[in-house]
Amino acid sequence: MSLLQHSVALLIAFPLAFAFLTAITEKLSAKVKNIVVPVGMLSVVCTAFLTSVDVFANGTKVYTMGAELPSITMPAKLAIPIRIVFIVDAFSAFMLLLSSIVATAAFLYSASFIREAQAKYYSLLFLMLAGMFGLACTADLFNLFVFLEVLSISSAALIAFFVDFKASEASYKYLIVSSLASLMVLLAVGILYAQYDMLNIAALAKVLRFSFVDIIALALLVSALAMKAGSVPMHFWVPDAYSRAPAAITATLVVASQSCLYALFRVSFSLFGAFPLIHIIAYAIILLGILSMFIGVTMALPQKDIKRLMAYHAISQTGYMLLGVGIGLLVGNTANIYALKAMEGGIFHIINHALYKGLLFLTAGAIIYSTGKRNLDELSGLARRMPATTIFFITGAAAIAGLPPTNGFASKLLIYESSYIFNPLFSIIAMIVSILTLVSFVKVFCSAFLGPELKALSNVKEVPKPMLFAMGMLSFFIIIFGLFPDIVLNTIVEPAAMALLNQKAYIGALG
Amino acid sequence: MRDMSKIVKITALVVLAPLITFGLYIIAHGHLTPGGGFQGGVIIASCFALLFIAFGKQSKHMLNKELLSVAESLALFGFVFLALLGLRKSFLNNFLANSGAMFGASVPFGTKEAYINTAGTIPLMNILIGLEVSCALTIIMLLMLNEKVSKHAGK
Repeated sequence: MSLLQHSVALLIAFPLAFAFLTAITEKLSAKVKNIVVPVGMLSVVCTAFLTSVDVFANGTKVYTMGAELPSITMPAKLAIPIRIVFIVDAFSAFMLLLSSIVATAAFLYSASFIREAQAKYYSLLFLMLAGMFGLACTADLFNLFVFLEVLSISSAALIAFFVDFKASEASYKYLIVSSLASLMVLLAVGILYAQYDMLNIAALAKVLRFSFVDIIALALLVSALAMKAGSVPMHFWVPDAYSRAPAAITATLVVASQSCLYALFRVSFSLFGAFPLIHIIAYAIILLGILSMFIGVTMALPQKDIKRLMAYHAISQTGYMLLGVGIGLLVGNTANIYALKAMEGGIFHIINHALYKGLLFLTAGAIIYSTGKRNLDELSGLARRMPATTIFFITGAAAIAGLPPTNGFASKLLIYESSYIFNPLFSIIAMIVSILTLVSFVKVFCSAFLGPELKALSNVKEVPKPMLFAMGMLSFFIIIFGLFPDIVLNTIVEPAAMALLNQKAYIGALG
Repeated sequence: MRDMSKIVKITALVVLAPLITFGLYIIAHGHLTPGGGFQGGVIIASCFALLFIAFGKQSKHMLNKELLSVAESLALFGFVFLALLGLRKSFLNNFLANSGAMFGASVPFGTKEAYINTAGTIPLMNILIGLEVSCALTIIMLLMLNEKVSKHAGK
């Protein structure tokens, strides 16, 4: 019996075990802790990577917690799955891959960014990973709520890691919004459980009657998860949380928001996919997408705080994913090639966004690390002092604006072309937003990196090597994904889009 | 925080033992009765709350925060470890149930009194969760007891 068979369970077990082990070893000896943390990170990331490779190669993995065999989803003589079942299909594997790449970069970056290697920080980072992996894998609605809570609480603690007034305020705001969203999810789960006596998403999808209260549950789930993903009417926590968290955590927070976006798509496709009025939800998602795109970018333009500016762009980019996947939900079948392409664009944008936004936040963190300043008015001429960071920033900025040799171009082009078929207005708005994004990043580039050298910044040095390596890793993926988008699309994005569209396959995975 | 009168202090100490026993009872019978690790842990932590209220600042030195923190982490790690031990079949598998070992007796058929020596890993996990919850809540209360008003507050 190979460990790979249990890799889905180890995805949750490793981060949790290493989180607590780090906390224990901190009290015992610093040397042991300095070994435990990298070993833990390596094993967690490797498990996620191997699981996703396995799923892309051999198809959906199903794992039942506590059963005689992991593949037995139904207990004997019972018609409903009462155990917790994890279903890892191509879309989950896609999220695992994405989280493991960004987590590696965040970990490398933290190695020198968090000056005194603190056990608390790494414990919480492990817990955050457990939450993200759990959200991506679970097929149990109550479990979804639990992992959402694990993710929220560990993120909130990490946002306020450098304790100051503004960070505490941001963290508190995040905690309030998260608890509200979690309670809404819990209420929705309760509504479904009261009616159907089961919690498994695949089993529920088979028997849903779409009664009035089911629709309330759907509305609660969609609004709560959109809130957690930072879409527009509920976006107010994003600028505070993203700009005040330590840079490596901000990069991980971007992935955390996308895990919530994953949950939103999972609920609307795999749970409510057969709902006859699903097009209303699809229009709502598209509307949220358009609003997020436009309001996010217009709010970003006047910002002077470098991280706050990038946080508003994160809201705007989330809009692209909502638009792409919303169109897929609207049409909802694989026969329509444009719907599939729009979905692929939206899903490809998820991984691209995590990579370039992660990179941009890391470069912003590098600037703050070296200069101690975050206001664009006080920065100038950094390109002379920090050449490597400048190159990484250009890569990230080109990707977010959708310029050709980068990954942002590939996914944005897919979204423009396919959304044009449904409504030319969608793609026009998307393009205008892209141009505004470019404008905003040209502004950042000119004011921070170009221009005369300031006296106050004359002893600025390039950041330490681990931080450069983390940024280099993300830049590498950005360029590779931009140069060979077809390979990425065929190997990971298309299976992920098909997995979402094919609700029967998800239900069938339960057996 | 000021401490209270001698009467309150002595009463708190008198009720402490029965209260902790009740908490332990709730934890130990988690697999048989309503309650369990979390509920029992909260009851134990509430005993310490009583202590803190009665003794005020004096109680700061009664408990070692570092020790509580290690115990908490150990309990959580133990939980994951116990779940990993089931990996021969699957994660979280109840490998002790009906095995004849600790907590491994089979539940006899019919309505009889509850048998505590059943349910396999579930009571063990309840005990670990009880330890975790009681330590964590006590640490939170200790922190609140020590809390000074932040310099930045109100800025």
